[in-house]
Amino acid sequence: MADEVILLDFWPSMFGMRCRIALAAKGVKYEYKDEDLRNKSELLLKMNPIHKKIPVLVHNGKPVCESLVILQYIDETWSDKCPLLPSDPYQRAQARFWVDYVDKKFYELGRKVWSTKGEEQETAKKEMIESLKLLEGELGDKPFFGGEKLGFLDVAIVPFSTWFYAYEMCGNFSLEAECPKFMAWTKRCMEIESVSKSLVDPHKVYGFVLQLKKAFGIE
Amino acid sequence: MDGVKLHGTWASPYSIRVKWAMKLKGIPFQYIEEDLFNKSALLLQHNPAHKKIPVLVHGLRPVCESMVIVEYLEEIWPQYPLLPIYPYERSVARFWVKLIEDKSPNVWMVYRTVGEEQEKAMRDSLEMLSILEEHGPNKGKKFFGGDNINIVDIAFGGVAHWMGVVEEVSGREMFDAEKFPRLHAWMGNIKSLQLIAENLPDQGKLCQYLACQREKLVSSSSQN
Repeated sequence: MADEVILLDFWPSMFGMRCRIALAAKGVKYEYKDEDLRNKSELLLKMNPIHKKIPVLVHNGKPVCESLVILQYIDETWSDKCPLLPSDPYQRAQARFWVDYVDKKFYELGRKVWSTKGEEQETAKKEMIESLKLLEGELGDKPFFGGEKLGFLDVAIVPFSTWFYAYEMCGNFSLEAECPKFMAWTKRCMEIESVSKSLVDPHKVYGFVLQLKKAFGIE
Repeated sequence: MDGVKLHGTWASPYSIRVKWAMKLKGIPFQYIEEDLFNKSALLLQHNPAHKKIPVLVHGLRPVCESMVIVEYLEEIWPQYPLLPIYPYERSVARFWVKLIEDKSPNVWMVYRTVGEEQEKAMRDSLEMLSILEEHGPNKGKKFFGGDNINIVDIAFGGVAHWMGVVEEVSGREMFDAEKFPRLHAWMGNIKSLQLIAENLPDQGKLCQYLACQREKLVSSSSQN
């Protein structure tokens, strides 16, 4: 029986993009469903009744929720191709640690950069640059966080880069100037097909952010 | 095999998760008590990103973040498995661990705040309890892991025990036995395990410690 795989997602979501990259990297055929978050589908509400959020992976009718849980599920289920987590337990712990770090820091910092002003925004900008520099240190001289190939951490972080143009425009600063090594890494990732076909256009993300600002009455 | 050290503090529910996992798996380790007001150079070296405990040092290599450590222990010491075998069941366990990780800081905010901030922390804590009561895995069984405790029980165990002390120190009731009968039964089952019962911090000492912290935080916020 053929696998039925559905991804419930929302096009600008960094968390959704992670899942798209992983599925593409492993050559998994799936149905992509873009949700209207102001009018969530019955399927989404049924598959993620607790959080009612995307992304949700539905595999043969069974839901998997939370992007990092989904990534590990994809890695373990379609384990024959393109392993995402390293095989060494210590390297796996390092990957999980840094993904946890990114999730705890980045999303909130990003939100503050595009939606606040004054001192709060300046602090968020400064912390974002510090976080990126810390990640540059972790990358070191490797082409990817996963080493010679794209790995778990690369898949988890690279979608945030689609929001950088929006952060730069809203925050009036240049991440490229501050973190060139990080930007070089994002360009390397974009040369990989599973990444480039899964990420959205940063200009479209900026358009979306401007709509959000208008909707929330943010200048 | 390389030696294992755990940098932790007696008053931390995150430290205790790692301790429980190691004791369940029979992993010999050296415990190093850290003073959070005077962090050791070794701790700062091993966890420069967060500067927090717990930190596991295996040989010379540090692993940080309590649930990352527990997954690491699971992979190297498979005895007393804490995660199911199959990917789908593993994803369910990891989903619940994430929910507990995301929502449990609200419990600490109940004793760290007053007024509207405390009210919000109470609402969010009660929401977490309601979700676990109604939807937590393996309903009808002794533990979230089924007949044996697993990674979800370990994640929530520390939070639940600390909750009792937070209630006492803040004077706010969260863990009502009538509202949360399933979770109360679960707590009884967890504490009936000798290994868990023998590795809980002294209740009186913890009360005193959190009360002292609350006093400092509340008085410093009222001065702002």
